[in-house]
Amino acid sequence: MMGTMKDGRPRSLLAIVTMVVLALLWTVPTIGLLVTSFRAREDVASSGWWDALLNPFGAGWTLANYERLFESTTAGSSLLNSVIVAVPATVLPIMFAAFAAYAFTFMRFPGRELLFILIVAVMVVPIQVAFQPMLDLLGPRGLGINGQFVAVWLLHTGFGMPLAVYTLRNYMATLPNSVIESAKIDGASHFQTFWRLAAPMSMPAIAAFATLQFLWVWNDLLIAKLFLGGGANKTVIVDLQQMLGTQGQGEELLTAGAFLSMVIPMIVFFSLQRFLVRGMTAGSVKG
Amino acid sequence: MTATETRSPDSPPIPPRERAGSPARPALLILGAIGLVATVWLVCNAFLAFAYYPQWFLHSKLLIGALGLVFGIGGAVVFFRFLNMIIEGLPSRLSEGLIPYAFLLPALALLGLMLIYPTVQTIVYSFANADSTAWVGLDNYRAIFGSGAFWQAMLNNFLWILIVPLITVAFGLAVAVLADKLSATGERVSKSMVFLPMSISFVGASTIWGLIYAFRPPGASQTGLLNAIVVALGGEPQAWLQIDAARLNSLLLMVILVWLQTGFAMVLISSAIKGVPEDTIEAGRMDGAGEARIFWQIIFPQVRPTLLAVFITVLILVLKVFDIIYVMTNGRDNTDVIANLYFRKLFVERQAGESSAIVVVLLVLIVPILIYQVRSFKAQEANR
Repeated sequence: MMGTMKDGRPRSLLAIVTMVVLALLWTVPTIGLLVTSFRAREDVASSGWWDALLNPFGAGWTLANYERLFESTTAGSSLLNSVIVAVPATVLPIMFAAFAAYAFTFMRFPGRELLFILIVAVMVVPIQVAFQPMLDLLGPRGLGINGQFVAVWLLHTGFGMPLAVYTLRNYMATLPNSVIESAKIDGASHFQTFWRLAAPMSMPAIAAFATLQFLWVWNDLLIAKLFLGGGANKTVIVDLQQMLGTQGQGEELLTAGAFLSMVIPMIVFFSLQRFLVRGMTAGSVKG
Repeated sequence: MTATETRSPDSPPIPPRERAGSPARPALLILGAIGLVATVWLVCNAFLAFAYYPQWFLHSKLLIGALGLVFGIGGAVVFFRFLNMIIEGLPSRLSEGLIPYAFLLPALALLGLMLIYPTVQTIVYSFANADSTAWVGLDNYRAIFGSGAFWQAMLNNFLWILIVPLITVAFGLAVAVLADKLSATGERVSKSMVFLPMSISFVGASTIWGLIYAFRPPGASQTGLLNAIVVALGGEPQAWLQIDAARLNSLLLMVILVWLQTGFAMVLISSAIKGVPEDTIEAGRMDGAGEARIFWQIIFPQVRPTLLAVFITVLILVLKVFDIIYVMTNGRDNTDVIANLYFRKLFVERQAGESSAIVVVLLVLIVPILIYQVRSFKAQEANR
C-alpha cells in the first residue's frame, strides 16, 4: 500500500498515524506552556495560546515575563539554589555506594545476601517514614541544621543510597570476573583493585545513576520544602509551588517560572539520555 | 606440618612472602585509626560550619556548594584510604574477614540512619500523642480508621492504583510496539517526544496541565485547551477539577501522572521487545501467522516479565503520589490521597501521632510489594 522503507520493512500507515497523534499528545501540553510564557498578560487572559501560534506575526511576542521574573521575584536565586542542592546531592552518594557495590559483587562474606536483600527492600520504603524522625534530628531539637543546604545533601545522599548501590552492583556483576581475579593474583589489594579497575570500568553505571539522581533531586518538592523551606535557600521547584498558590498579581510569571525550572533538567535529559535509559533498564525503583 | 610450627619462638621471623600471610602492623593500625577519626571529625565539623557559620564563607552559597563538593568527595576518598590503612595494619587473617564490612560501613550507616531508624521511630510515634510526649496506645489508629477523610483518601488511592499503572503500561506498550514499526529516524524522534516529560517535575507538569484544565465563566473566551475544545463543539465550559461526579477530577489528575510516566514504561518495554529473538518471530512468519498473532502469541509472552516490572514500579510510585494533588487541589472536592492526608496531618494539623499511623498504614500496604520485589530479585539472581 505504501511500499517499503529503506531497510526493507513494510511501511505501516496505522503505526505512522497513531504515533504522530501520540507524539503530539505528549508534546502539545509543554508547547502550550512555552508559548504562553512568551505572551503578554492581557493576551494570555483574552485568548488561548494556540491563537498566538495560528497568527504568529500578530501575536505580540514578549520577553517581559522572563525579565520581570528575574527582576522582581526570587526565581534567579532559587535557580542557583537548585544547582547548589542538586550537584553535591548527585555526586556524594556515588563514592560510598561504589565501595559497597564492590563489596557486594566481588567479596564473599557472611551476611552478604541478607544485607543486599535489605537494600532491595528499603528501595521500596516510602520516604515519608523519614520525615518526622529526621525533622527531629536535623531541626532545632537536634543538630539545628534544618533549612541549610547541608541538611538536604545529607538526606538525598541517604535516600539515594539504595538505588545507587543496587544500580552499581547490578552493573559490576556484569564485569568480567577474570579481570578482578587476575588483579588479585598480581598482588593488588581490594582497595587498589577498586580504584584502578572496578570504579573506572563502572563509569557507564555511575553516569546512569547520576542522571537519574540529578533529575530526582532537582524535581523533588517534598524534601526541599520540608528541610530547606520557602526562605532564602528555597529551590526553584518550591518557588514554583509557591507561585502556583498565588492568584492575580504576578500570575503571568507562573508559566515563565515553570519553564525556567525545566530548562536545566531538560538539558541534562537530552545530553545524557542514553545513560538514563541504561540506568532504568538496570531495574531502578526509587522509594 | 608447616614450617612455622616447627620453628622455635625466639628464631627471627620469616619475612612475609605475600600479603596474605602478613602479621599485625601496629604503627599502620594506629596511624590509620587516628587519620580516620580526624577525617570524620574534620568533615563533620566542616559541614556543620556551612550551616552554623555562613559568615566564614562570606555568605556565598556558591562557595559553600563548591566546598561541600570538595569536602564530600575528598573526605570520602581520605576516609576510605585510612580505613584501608587500618585493615592492612591488622593481621591478614582478620583483615580478610573485615574488609567487606569496612567497604559497606558508610553506605549501610547512612541507610540505617536515614531509612531504617526512622521507620522504627515512625512506628513508635504512631502509638504516641500529637507531639510525641506520651503514649496513647491505639488511639491514633482508632482516630484515623474512624474518620471519613481517611477512607475517602484510601478510596482515591485505590482508584489511582487500579487505573494509573495499567493505563501507563498499556500506553508504554502501544508506543513501544508502534514506534518499532517506524523508520529509524521516526522511531527516535517519536520516542524522544514521549520520553521528554520524564525530565519534568510533578510541580512543573501540574503547571502545564493547569493551563489545559483552566476554566473561565461561560461567555468569556476560554484559554484552557480542554474547555476551548468543549466550547468549540457546542458544549458548556466546566471547572473540571471541581467535578467529583464519577471522580472526574481525580481521573484528570491521573492523566498527569500517566503523561509523565509513559515514557519510562515505553523505554523499558521497548528494550524488552528489541530483545525478543528474531528467529522466534521468523518461525511464526514461516507458519503463516499474521502480525497480530505474532504479537500476542510470540512477542507478548516474552515481554510479560518486563510489563510486570514496570507495572510494579509505577504502582509503588502511585501509592505515594503527593505533589500533583498537593499543588492542584490540595485534596479539595474529594481528590485527597494518603500521602497528602499525611502531609496535612503532620504539618498543618500538627498531629504527629495520627500522621505516623497513616505512614504505618502506607508501610503495611507496601509490604506485599516489598516481598514480591525481594522474591523476584532472588529469582533473577538464581538465573544470573
